[in-house]
Amino acid sequence: MGYQLDFSKVLQGEYLDLILQGLQTTMILFAISWVLGLLLAVFLTVVRAIEFKPTQFLVAAFVEYHRNVPILIQLFVWYFGFAVVLPDAVNDYLNDIGAEIGYAIVALALNKAAYMSEDFRSGLRSIHPAQMEAARSIGLTYLGAMRWVILPQAWRLALPALLGQTLILFKGTSLAAGIGVAELSYQARYVEEQSFRIFEAYGLVTLIYMLISFAIMWGSSVLSTRYRLRVK
Amino acid sequence: MLEILQNYGILLLIGEFPHGKLGGLAMTLIISFVSLIVTFPCAILIALARTGNSKRLKSLASGFVHCVRAIPLLMLIFWAYFALPVVIGFPIDATYTLIIAIVIYQTAYLGEIIAAGIEGLPKGQLEAAKSLGLGYIPTTFKVVLPQALFNVVPGIVNQLTTIIKESSLGSIIAVPELSYAMLQVNSNEVTKPLQIFGILAATYFVLCFALSQATGVLERRIANRRTGRVIVEAVA
Repeated sequence: MGYQLDFSKVLQGEYLDLILQGLQTTMILFAISWVLGLLLAVFLTVVRAIEFKPTQFLVAAFVEYHRNVPILIQLFVWYFGFAVVLPDAVNDYLNDIGAEIGYAIVALALNKAAYMSEDFRSGLRSIHPAQMEAARSIGLTYLGAMRWVILPQAWRLALPALLGQTLILFKGTSLAAGIGVAELSYQARYVEEQSFRIFEAYGLVTLIYMLISFAIMWGSSVLSTRYRLRVK
Repeated sequence: MLEILQNYGILLLIGEFPHGKLGGLAMTLIISFVSLIVTFPCAILIALARTGNSKRLKSLASGFVHCVRAIPLLMLIFWAYFALPVVIGFPIDATYTLIIAIVIYQTAYLGEIIAAGIEGLPKGQLEAAKSLGLGYIPTTFKVVLPQALFNVVPGIVNQLTTIIKESSLGSIIAVPELSYAMLQVNSNEVTKPLQIFGILAATYFVLCFALSQATGVLERRIANRRTGRVIVEAVA
């Protein structure tokens, strides 16, 4: 076949700009959803740890919804479904400022919060209850025992899973293309359509994804080793 | 909400079948099962390479696993849908490209699960097989794999849940599966997106929640069986 690989087309000018803009959007999506997801996950973990059945059930339902429905569908529910609940004026305003990315951040953050809170919970659960009893019996308060005995171990136990979620979130940002957020995959598709350079456009974008993913994997393995729980 | 199910229920279940293409929920299930069945032998090969003695095969397999894990599934689907036909010179049906992408992606993940199952076997099993004079092939197929695969059955069922969820990406390249059917319904009934996507989410939820509950039951049964065995061994 007469296809000549020519990366110079996508490595300069308008097309490179589009891909770099996509990269920027991807990183914004990733960073904001990660921070929001982590904060919400901590909150959910605390709520679930409190012995009150109705709130525990609500958190469990939240977690199960986000774990058993595809992320793409969660994005659809927010983007198509939630929008009709809002008044028209709000919708017009949101469409003017480009609401897709907002919906994508909300959906990704809620999804990650569900997974991360499960990781925290399993970290907490794998610490023997006797540790709490021992800490209380030497005179620490409940919060003191949490602060000095339980949490320093629990977060180390949860860390590898959390880092795994970080990689999954980074790759998950590509699904935002499904609701029209102009992130990296969306731009790859657009550049390919405009320039007819299939292999160059997808090759470059795949390479960018791989480099960042490898960086996350490398950072994860460094952090996991650095903060491994040595006494158990 | 009931009105949507009445009007589009059949379309969502089986698509335009028998007058046209199969689609909807049936298509989602077929894509998922076919993907899992094709992935299975590939994943076993990766797992054997990962746990085997050959250094070269080991690094090849681990290179494959790391690279696949570094790419979003959507990019793999784009490659399979837009770039693959250019390479092979003729168009392929979107359904097949989706299955190809999922198989490549899941081979990496399922391979790791099976490799963990193989590594989880007690060393004594291999030593016993060796001392009986069994070669690599009989050891692998008569000793290692039957036990390792049995122990990772929950992991495999769990991957099926993941595959069902991943097949929703087919809607982006117009594979006539459940999500795509729902997007079509949504473009017909523009006024009820919340109900429509609520039904869609609920369908996936019921399917995947049931499977993940089944995973939990399997996990406990297999754990019981294994500990049961250990007790018997200890007594003997």
